[in-house]
Amino acid sequence: MLKEKKFKHKHLLGLQYLSKEDIEIILDTAKPFKNLFTRSIKKVPTLRGRSVVLLFYEPSTRTRTSFELAAKRLSADTVNISVQTSSVQKGESLIDTAKTLEAMKADFIVIRHSHAGAPHILSQNVSSSIINAGDGFHEHPTQGLLDIFTIKEKKGRIKDLKVVILGDILHSRVARSNLWGLTKLGAKVVLCGPPTLIPYGIDKIFPEVEIEYNLDKAIKNADVINILRVQFERQLEHLFPSVREYSLLYGMNKERLKIARNDVLILHPGPMNRGIEITTDVADSLNSVINQQVTNGVAVRMAVLYLLSLNS
Amino acid sequence: MKILLKKKDIDKIISNLTKKILKKYKKNLNKFGIIGIHTNGVFIAKRILNKIEKLTNKKIPFGYLDITFYRDDIGYKTNIKNPKETNITFDVNNKEILLVDDVIYTGRTIRAAIEQILEIGRPKSLSVAVLIDRGNRELPIYAEFVGKKVKTKPNQQIELLLQEETSQEDKVIIYSK
Repeated sequence: MLKEKKFKHKHLLGLQYLSKEDIEIILDTAKPFKNLFTRSIKKVPTLRGRSVVLLFYEPSTRTRTSFELAAKRLSADTVNISVQTSSVQKGESLIDTAKTLEAMKADFIVIRHSHAGAPHILSQNVSSSIINAGDGFHEHPTQGLLDIFTIKEKKGRIKDLKVVILGDILHSRVARSNLWGLTKLGAKVVLCGPPTLIPYGIDKIFPEVEIEYNLDKAIKNADVINILRVQFERQLEHLFPSVREYSLLYGMNKERLKIARNDVLILHPGPMNRGIEITTDVADSLNSVINQQVTNGVAVRMAVLYLLSLNS
Repeated sequence: MKILLKKKDIDKIISNLTKKILKKYKKNLNKFGIIGIHTNGVFIAKRILNKIEKLTNKKIPFGYLDITFYRDDIGYKTNIKNPKETNITFDVNNKEILLVDDVIYTGRTIRAAIEQILEIGRPKSLSVAVLIDRGNRELPIYAEFVGKKVKTKPNQQIELLLQEETSQEDKVIIYSK
């Protein structure tokens, strides 16, 4: 019998902490889950009796719904905690909230928090499996995984693809998870955005990654362009002169699409600011896989929940 | 480690199984379908399928499934194989389905496969064919077509090394864990 590589993690804190093989196992496992979506019964009994708590300290629709659907399609029970109406408002600490959930025997805690490292703290303090659904500017591993899954599904490989990550890299946990995952799988990553939005020192962490401030140069012969949202809630006013200028210099439009390869894939983690970082004709073009990303997100999250359950 | 079956034994068993299977289903081949269980079950199912298609000159619907998501030991057993794809594209409703696996043992794999098929549709009937029945059932599950019965103890392991996966001549080995 051929020896299989096994997934050995109990928590998913970031793609930084996974090996190339771990990422490949998740991608391979997501495929059979995706096949389920064509059936009339999309549910499997895999995680019957387990419970998944969704603890979101920041707003989210797609990630939270996606995790909830993923858990439900695995027959797990889900509980949504909306922080605005929870004891957090009475001043309960993050660890105390998590310990309460642990005491209720939550098997998984899916957490989104504005502070980088919040999921790590939980993983050291409670026995539940912790899944990072976005922590500060640090990582959003399931988004990174679903982006990579979508690219691999369409292109058949990751290795040697030219992938441009475009826009507000500085505030983007999606960009960081993509960076870790894509570089581990051998893609050629190019970061592009206004100099103020490219984090200082990123070339030290990822020496193989190229930084290009000129969008037209960056997307030449690109196989994939992953367009990030301009995060207005992060007080960007002083980081670039105007939205109009941003859109002119770094907005993806139909004209620019011609510079990339004909079969370039357009990704966007959503929610989109149509007309700012991406024009509507690009978002709805045949090159766009933005809706497929959402579908794949559920399959990838099912794979993550399933694989973590083997070690919890 | 002992060699339980060699290539010529396996070929003969599959030929005999095919004969028995055809005897039952030949009257109603239009309703017949074969589903193999990953991994070795798929290889054996394909061999049986090829023989039946050659003998009858008919195309038989074929699918394969992976039972991982239907296992009853997730979180209990640590050595679970990575899931493979399930692909059953034909309509199982009202069909006479033959499930094929390599070895039947506790009966839990077949239990999971039955659950999975019943979620896709309602076959007219479901039967099971296996190359080897090693006894020690833990569930009331029965294989109608059995190639070879072998008495085993729970600490023993039977392993099929089929040419489709190993690129070497078929053999079945048995050893104690």
